[in-house]
Amino acid sequence: MSSATAIFGARPDGAPYDEDVVRKFVIAATFWGIVGFLMGVVIALQLAYPALNPPLEWFTFGRLRPVHTSAVIFAFGGNVLLGTSFYSVQRTCRASLFGGRALANFVFWGYQIFIVLAASGYVLGINQGKEYAEPEWYTDLWITVVWVAYLVVFAGTLFKRREPHIYVSNWFYLSFILTIAMLHIVNNLAVPVSWTGAKSYVVWAGVQDAMTQWWYGHNAVGFFLTAGFLGLMYYFVPKQAERPIYSYRLSIVHFWALIFLYIWAGPHHLHYTSLPDWAQTLGMTFSVMLWMPSWGGMINGIMTLSGAWHKLRTDPVLRFLVVSVGFYGMSTFEGPMMSIKAVNSLSHYTDWTIGHVHSGALGWVAFVSFGALYFLVPRLWKRERLYSLRLVSHHFWISTIGIVVYITAMWISGIMQGLMWRSYDHFGFLQYSFIETVEAMHPYYAIRAFGGILFLAGSLIMVYNLWKTARGELRSEAAFGELPGAAPAGAGE
Amino acid sequence: MNHRSLERNVVLLAIAILITVSIGGLVQLVPLYTMEVTIEKVDGMRPYTPLELAGRDIFVREGCYLCHSQQIRPFRDEVERYGHYSLAAESMYDHPFQWGSKRTGPDLARVGGKYSNEWHVAHLAAPRELVPESVMPGYPFLAKRDLDFADVAEDMKTLRIVGVPYSDEQIANAAADVKAQANRDAGDADALLKRYPKAVVGDFDGDPQRVTEMDALVAYLQMLGTLVDFTAFKPEYGRR
Repeated sequence: MSSATAIFGARPDGAPYDEDVVRKFVIAATFWGIVGFLMGVVIALQLAYPALNPPLEWFTFGRLRPVHTSAVIFAFGGNVLLGTSFYSVQRTCRASLFGGRALANFVFWGYQIFIVLAASGYVLGINQGKEYAEPEWYTDLWITVVWVAYLVVFAGTLFKRREPHIYVSNWFYLSFILTIAMLHIVNNLAVPVSWTGAKSYVVWAGVQDAMTQWWYGHNAVGFFLTAGFLGLMYYFVPKQAERPIYSYRLSIVHFWALIFLYIWAGPHHLHYTSLPDWAQTLGMTFSVMLWMPSWGGMINGIMTLSGAWHKLRTDPVLRFLVVSVGFYGMSTFEGPMMSIKAVNSLSHYTDWTIGHVHSGALGWVAFVSFGALYFLVPRLWKRERLYSLRLVSHHFWISTIGIVVYITAMWISGIMQGLMWRSYDHFGFLQYSFIETVEAMHPYYAIRAFGGILFLAGSLIMVYNLWKTARGELRSEAAFGELPGAAPAGAGE
Repeated sequence: MNHRSLERNVVLLAIAILITVSIGGLVQLVPLYTMEVTIEKVDGMRPYTPLELAGRDIFVREGCYLCHSQQIRPFRDEVERYGHYSLAAESMYDHPFQWGSKRTGPDLARVGGKYSNEWHVAHLAAPRELVPESVMPGYPFLAKRDLDFADVAEDMKTLRIVGVPYSDEQIANAAADVKAQANRDAGDADALLKRYPKAVVGDFDGDPQRVTEMDALVAYLQMLGTLVDFTAFKPEYGRR
């Protein structure tokens, strides 16, 4: 692909890109990532050992769980997406950010204020009761303002680009920004009880609210955690592999198919509920079809390594990126399977769903983010290389084992609990009381917490490595990927 | 259409994206408001009493919906364990809905009347004293804290704006109804029952002198799933 060098080239006027705000986003993403992972470990331990719910109202599972989900999705994931989009849009357009430093900084600080407003609210009991959309009306209004500013910066930069074409990654980022705005505004329409109080009531009720909520909820997955991070993938995987995208045609087909089909998938969260059957059937059908464009993205990402597979031996950063796309492929197969009504009748309401979410969130979203962070820090702080590639490799293995432990425990506990709920004894009575199924979960909750601790430990290694890198230190270590006694790396290549 | 034109024009690309992502939502959301069969015709549904409403707000505030569903699916085991499968009509006044997505604890759609007030109060304060295997957090502070119901009439007015049919009479008597429901002798319980049929009246938390957050939450739990008269409900009504 001849345009690859042009697209990833420097600005024609030689002027620098706005990198200060990207550095801030990288720091914020790293910080909130640790907060979010730590909160996950805390609430996982609370489920395994309920005595860890202190008698203080602020720290019960019910209040900390939204802190965990918002911290990992919106604080960690959001800062990664905003930062990487600001970094890559400038390079793929060969233009500095529209609106200059002031507007970019407004987006940065505005977004951090949103996070603090949301999380402090949950702990204090300010929660509008919609999953993944828990912030109350004033926080919702504030993030809407910040989001519009983000759109202005991003679309404005696209507008003043010096490249004839808008690069693929930017299609995904743009669809992520626009669709999240639409979902957020419709799902959160609410009437405040008073202008000076925190409380509001959402305008939607009952079955209509359920449909609106999962139209929002599933597409928070579809556009925040998928389309946005595919944008990231389409810039950072080719850059790190130093190969062009595998198929340009495939990226066009799977982009439009993905964003068209995803928006229909929400009702698979409402199988066998009071939602009318026609809506459930539509949701199931489109969820199964979604498998194809999802794998289109996976194939495009993985096959970008064509001719560069040997780099996986020597580049642990590339390993993060490639394995993340592998996890993406795995969870986008599992998702359509779980949306089939017969499977869903077993999996719904159980830990299987939790395991599925985490194979996507840890394996895909977090791993592709780690890859981008390892890519960015040496470049943003103008360092020769990362402090230590060996530490990247340790991070990779510890976290991968953590994920596998986590999702395996949740598969077992989820399927087991689903089967226990529906099992009958010889006399035709329900075999297990509910609490017996809770008791059976205990070992798996403990194993899951251990998996989470491994994942957190790996992330702390990353923080140390990135910190040292930013300070300009280089760990003196043998070149990575070299076997003891083998020829020096590079000699044979 | 030639894809070149889309990838060379930001405005065109944005418009094409917006059209593409709007279709699915429109097809799935709009008919739910226009088709009358979406919500079954049933006898017995009424808006929450002021005390139940305050209890529901506490349920939402504490994130109970993260571990407890309120939606019984039409399977043999669920109907035997929890009761009649849930109807859309039963959450028609719920802003927001609380169907939940996970059962770390049991479904609560029909928990009303299954346990005594005393059981709920003791269980909420210290779950493992009653159910040793439980993983639920304790909520001892609910019984210690007076319910703040100064604004409950404002809450009801807000809900009326979004479509809950509270009458002027119900709103005018909101504070009095809170007291009457939590203590039969503290107000006109008969008038309350006229305004809200089937409301459970009683001293929920065992302390008749005060109206606590525990009173409100238990009043809410004790009414869940009890309103619809299933003797008058025919399954055909639910065929949609």
